Amino acid sequence: MNSVIALEDIHKVYHTGGVDVHAVRGVSSAIQTGEFVAVMGASGSGKSTLMNLIGCLDRATRGRYLLDGTDVSQLNRDELADIRNRKIGFVFQGFNLLARTSALENVELPMLYLHRHLRGREQRAHALRALETVGLADRADHHPNQLSGGQQQRVAIARALVNQPALLLADEPTGNLDSQTSIEIMGVFQKLNGQGITLIMVTHELDIARYTRRNLIMRDGLIVSDVPVTSRLDAETELRRLHDAHQAVQLTV
Amino acid sequence: MMRIWATIKIALRALRRNKLRTLLTMLGMIIGVAAVIAMVSIGNGAKSQIEAQIASMGQNVILVFSGSFTRGGARSGWGGAGTLTIDDAEAIQREIPGVVAVSPEIRTRAQIAAGNQNWNTQILGEAPEYFDIRQWPVVEGAAFTGQDVRSANKVAVIGKTIADQLFPGEESLGQCIRVKNVPFIILGMLLPKGLSVQGQDQDDLIIIPYTSAMKRVQRVTTVGSIVVQAAKPTLLSPVQQQIIELLRQHHHITPGKDDDFTVRNQQEIAEMATAQSKTMTVLLGAIAGVSLVVGGIGIMNIMLVSVTERTREIGIRMAIGARGRDILLQFLIEAVTLSVIGGIIGIGAGVGSSKALAAQTGWPTLIPSEWLIYAFCFSGVVGVFFGFYPARKASRLDPIEALRYE
Repeated sequence: MNSVIALEDIHKVYHTGGVDVHAVRGVSSAIQTGEFVAVMGASGSGKSTLMNLIGCLDRATRGRYLLDGTDVSQLNRDELADIRNRKIGFVFQGFNLLARTSALENVELPMLYLHRHLRGREQRAHALRALETVGLADRADHHPNQLSGGQQQRVAIARALVNQPALLLADEPTGNLDSQTSIEIMGVFQKLNGQGITLIMVTHELDIARYTRRNLIMRDGLIVSDVPVTSRLDAETELRRLHDAHQAVQLTV
Repeated sequence: MMRIWATIKIALRALRRNKLRTLLTMLGMIIGVAAVIAMVSIGNGAKSQIEAQIASMGQNVILVFSGSFTRGGARSGWGGAGTLTIDDAEAIQREIPGVVAVSPEIRTRAQIAAGNQNWNTQILGEAPEYFDIRQWPVVEGAAFTGQDVRSANKVAVIGKTIADQLFPGEESLGQCIRVKNVPFIILGMLLPKGLSVQGQDQDDLIIIPYTSAMKRVQRVTTVGSIVVQAAKPTLLSPVQQQIIELLRQHHHITPGKDDDFTVRNQQEIAEMATAQSKTMTVLLGAIAGVSLVVGGIGIMNIMLVSVTERTREIGIRMAIGARGRDILLQFLIEAVTLSVIGGIIGIGAGVGSSKALAAQTGWPTLIPSEWLIYAFCFSGVVGVFFGFYPARKASRLDPIEALRYE
């Protein structure tokens, strides 16, 4: 199998106020193409730091990191920016869409920083296709403040997908959403995963982690548990169940 | 290249979002540039008027003044000592190549009278060449001639003001005017010149042969000054030098002793006259420049605010692949767009206000077209200069920190 991510003895030490904080202390792991991984752990466990490293937003103090076959441990700021642009799609907890900018333009944004510049018409076509994937093509002209939280997160997912990255990184993607919308977003992720897209998601919600295929649990800068998900939840089934339960409540009232 | 164009679009959109803020920030640039344009146009207008006046002195003119003398501690000023003679003037004409015309000059003020009217005016004793040197033609009647000079005839050419004051509603040619009780016949009238920049009436004078002025009016044997015309502008300095040598020799001044005369050429006089207006222009320009700098600081201030406000946006852009350079360019272009649009509006406002000023006050204003280009370029430079620091600050943000920023 093809490793999208290969981490070899990754360390990250922060120097803050004269004190060394050893946030990640020797993580080695591999993630294959088409996996859907949840990274869990208490705050301070080092999972955010690890995600920043995997997302090429930061560089490891020590160790080797191969992303899609490229060693990115020694790249400079600009090279890391290019890697992020081409190989990684980010989905954040707070959606992080540009305000007063239409959904379509938000999705077009990563193409702006592509090396090989696309023509305006091509950009539009790509962005529309990405919005279609997340089921929001009809909301292309809406601004973020005209969209619900779930819809905003879908726009963010479309933006993450538009450059066809090797990897989708989601940092607490359901943190700001209610449970039903959370399941909907998990549905989107499961659908994308079904199309062969590799996903890594940080979460602290156990039930959300059950929609993935593999769970990594971190504690004190180390991976302490790495298990496949046995009783995997299917978002569509769960949504239907929720819907039925909702109707039952309405009937009794 | 496409990337730059896309970045410009982003910058323009960001500016459109905060219309009031954009306008207020631009106002600094608008006022600065408008002030520069208005000041330069006023300064230039004044300068061109002075230059026109200097040109009316005649072309390639060299003035020789006799020295000053000191009596009882009071110094008389140039022309007081009466060290120049008609011989000196003739020697200059005869011995210095490159001299086209020479006119000995006697200046005085006197009360003149005709009939029951009288008037205090400037009296110039000149050679007939004077009218050519100053390019000041006689439009009615005729000028006096060399014969009039040789015979010290009692003839005069008058300015228009004299005709208006002494002969209101009458024909002045052929009439008699008394200068210090000596009767002179009016031969001609000069082309009216109107007021000078300083507001002096240039037509308030009479010109008589210098010999007549010496013998009949002033009763002196020396001349106050000599007006010399050189053939070419390039000859001004050499001719001036030769005049100095010639006169030192004529006046038997031994080496090491000071000249008893002074020679000024037109260029020097023009420089002295324009120096004043230049100082004025520089001063006004400096004030206007300060307001431009203030405008630039305004841009810098608002860009710093903008960078802080949009820290999260910067983080997002960096996370999805913007390089530091892309962010730098985005904010730099925003700053330059602010300053350049401000500059363009400022140029319009400057041109408009200088035209309005000219119409209101009658000041001559002149907008040199190259200054419009300078103003445009300078406003761009202001944008780059004051936009660079905030833009660099933005480009150096850490993406993780920026994304976390609330």
